[in-house]
Amino acid sequence: MNALIAKDVTKIYSEHTALDHVSITIPEQTIFGLLGPNGAGKTTLIRIINQIINADSGEVLIFGEKLRPNHIEIIGYLPEERGLYKKMKVGDQLLYLAQLKGLSRHDAMARIKVWLEKFEIKDWWHKKVEDLSKGMAQKVQFISTVLHEPKLIILDEPFSGFDPVNAQLITEKILELKANGSTIIFSTHRMETVESLCDHIALVNKSKKILEGPKKQVKESYRSNTFLIEHRGNHFTLPAEKYEIKEQTKIEEDLFSTTIKAAEGIKGNQVIRDLIDITELYSFQEKLPTMADIFIGLVKADGDEALRKHLQEV
Amino acid sequence: MNKVWLIMQREFLNRVQKKSFLITTILVPLIFPAVIGVLVYIMKKEAESAKADTVQVVDESGKFVFENSKRYTFVPLSMPLEQAKKAYNETKDFALLYIPPFDLSKPEGMMIYTKENPSIEKVGNLESILEDRIRDLKLETYKIDQETLKSLKVSVSLKQINLSDTGEEKSSNSQILYFLGFGLGILIYMFVLIYGIQIMQGVIDEKTSKIVEVIVSSVKPFQLMLGKIIGIASVGLLQFTIWIILITALSTGVLGYFGLKMPQQQAMEEVAKSMDNQEIKVAMEQQSSKATELFNNFFQLPLGKIAFVFVFYFLGGYLLYGALFAAVGSAVESMQESQQFQFPITLPLLIGYFGLFMFILRDPHGSVSFWLSVIPFTSPVAMVGRIGSGVPDWQLGLSMALLIGGFLFTTWIAGRIYRVGILMTGTKVSWKVLIKWFLMKA
Repeated sequence: MNALIAKDVTKIYSEHTALDHVSITIPEQTIFGLLGPNGAGKTTLIRIINQIINADSGEVLIFGEKLRPNHIEIIGYLPEERGLYKKMKVGDQLLYLAQLKGLSRHDAMARIKVWLEKFEIKDWWHKKVEDLSKGMAQKVQFISTVLHEPKLIILDEPFSGFDPVNAQLITEKILELKANGSTIIFSTHRMETVESLCDHIALVNKSKKILEGPKKQVKESYRSNTFLIEHRGNHFTLPAEKYEIKEQTKIEEDLFSTTIKAAEGIKGNQVIRDLIDITELYSFQEKLPTMADIFIGLVKADGDEALRKHLQEV
Repeated sequence: MNKVWLIMQREFLNRVQKKSFLITTILVPLIFPAVIGVLVYIMKKEAESAKADTVQVVDESGKFVFENSKRYTFVPLSMPLEQAKKAYNETKDFALLYIPPFDLSKPEGMMIYTKENPSIEKVGNLESILEDRIRDLKLETYKIDQETLKSLKVSVSLKQINLSDTGEEKSSNSQILYFLGFGLGILIYMFVLIYGIQIMQGVIDEKTSKIVEVIVSSVKPFQLMLGKIIGIASVGLLQFTIWIILITALSTGVLGYFGLKMPQQQAMEEVAKSMDNQEIKVAMEQQSSKATELFNNFFQLPLGKIAFVFVFYFLGGYLLYGALFAAVGSAVESMQESQQFQFPITLPLLIGYFGLFMFILRDPHGSVSFWLSVIPFTSPVAMVGRIGSGVPDWQLGLSMALLIGGFLFTTWIAGRIYRVGILMTGTKVSWKVLIKWFLMKA
């Protein structure tokens, strides 16, 4: 089953269109990367899912059901702009937020204890938030997001503000939550996060979705038949109708790294066959596009298109 | 509803548990009796230690016989004025009074010499002593004896009776009504302003600390606003209740400690003691019976109704303005930024406040008073100012209905601005922007 389906969601503010017929499908128990530059409409979409605002048209289904007020109890949301009541104690704060999500006081108490233990911060219960460091407050906020065991967890830039150790800790917890059946939506610009954690991605740019699918498939489809080789001796020529040498750098004395783009239809084995006779091959790998490459490439292309359109109109 | 309750509870507990709440709740009532206590203490000390001023008198007319009183000791001198002036300069006495020979029909040429500028009050006192004596002398020349004189002095006080439509008579007292209206009106004005600003501060805090996005992903913004307004109202009600109880208890205690009755009564007693004057005793009895009457009149007022109306307008006014304060808080990012909106929304409240002094307390049944007590923005202050003087039921009903409508209306407007405002940061807010937010689709 799909955890979330958005169909043709459109949101128009008086001056601009925040979302323009955006449709996405998020399979259950996956980590879904919602990518896009600032102002692309990610936050608007997230707010619509959280029912903070309503879409002008289109619909959102959560686990097959049309969005209803009580769905907020199965969603956990960590906004990009973090904040807690500064004067409130950690324990009281978590209790309050959990109760707002529909947990009973008793259940909330028990779960808070478990989570504080998990993060080894049991003695923080009576600390006021204003006395915590930024990283400490982030942990509390993360706990508040997942306390009610939401089936859908929405994390907006979850790693900002965490040091590498805590980021690792949070990553572990996220994977744990996924293993326990939760679906996680990541909204982020951090491509390394996407690369390592996400199963599915969608790319939003200028209020429109421009790409969506399983990460592996997306990367597949952006293969450009480019290979990276390391070799000794830099004097070789390849038939120009089959290969294009993109880049060559010297690694050390007589050891070079070269990027070769092969013509369509030429497989890796063929490339090796062609090279083996003319140079001493040290290493060979297909150069797959990184998510960052795809992201930047698409956003730039989109920009150019808009620019072209703009010029045409002028 | 359950969530509104949770929010309300948090707002309430969070404020009540603060040290500052405890301090203001206890200190404010202490200040009142403390101030009263200190004043009374000083007054008493002064009265005890005050020595009568010595006034030297050169009476060349020979017409005056001065009786010493608590305030003045008169020392008759039998020397010419020039000599007396020199002698006076060597003493530390308060004044030298000079009375030349004069004709009763034209009492002129009297003078007072002092070393410092005497207060108007003291000069007035001496003048009235002289006037009284001259009047008595004049009356004597008309062959009117002391007995007749005494019997001439009367004191009249009008007993006020309200005649209702059914012909029922109720004694009333405009003084009580004045102070009651005044006190209740001011209380509402203060309550709305103090707690309204607390709402605004609370909203600004939530917005700037960014917690608000998490909260509105769990509850509707309207629920959050409502919970906050009601929560703070309950803090206010609790605080005011404690204040009223403490102030009443402490004031009674302090006054009791100093053995005071009404200040007037005390003054009368003193005069009576010193003069042992029959007519003053009579006056005093009248006075004390008047006090009892005041007391009785107070309890004859429909106190239950007044209390109910007070609580109703107390809450109604607070809710009406509270919603507006919440809307302003949601739009801005700091208290300074809120100034430009604060004045326009408190202006009607201010009009009600001034209307209370200018129209309602003077003429509770005039047409301005009527309108002020019916329009929802001014009615909370105005109606409680009027209520003691008897407001026709239809006016009260109309005013209450309009107030309920009024706060539903402001809450609706505020809710629409609030839901957009709390999520907007970095926008330069103007009235135009607020209107745009108000019109925005959810």
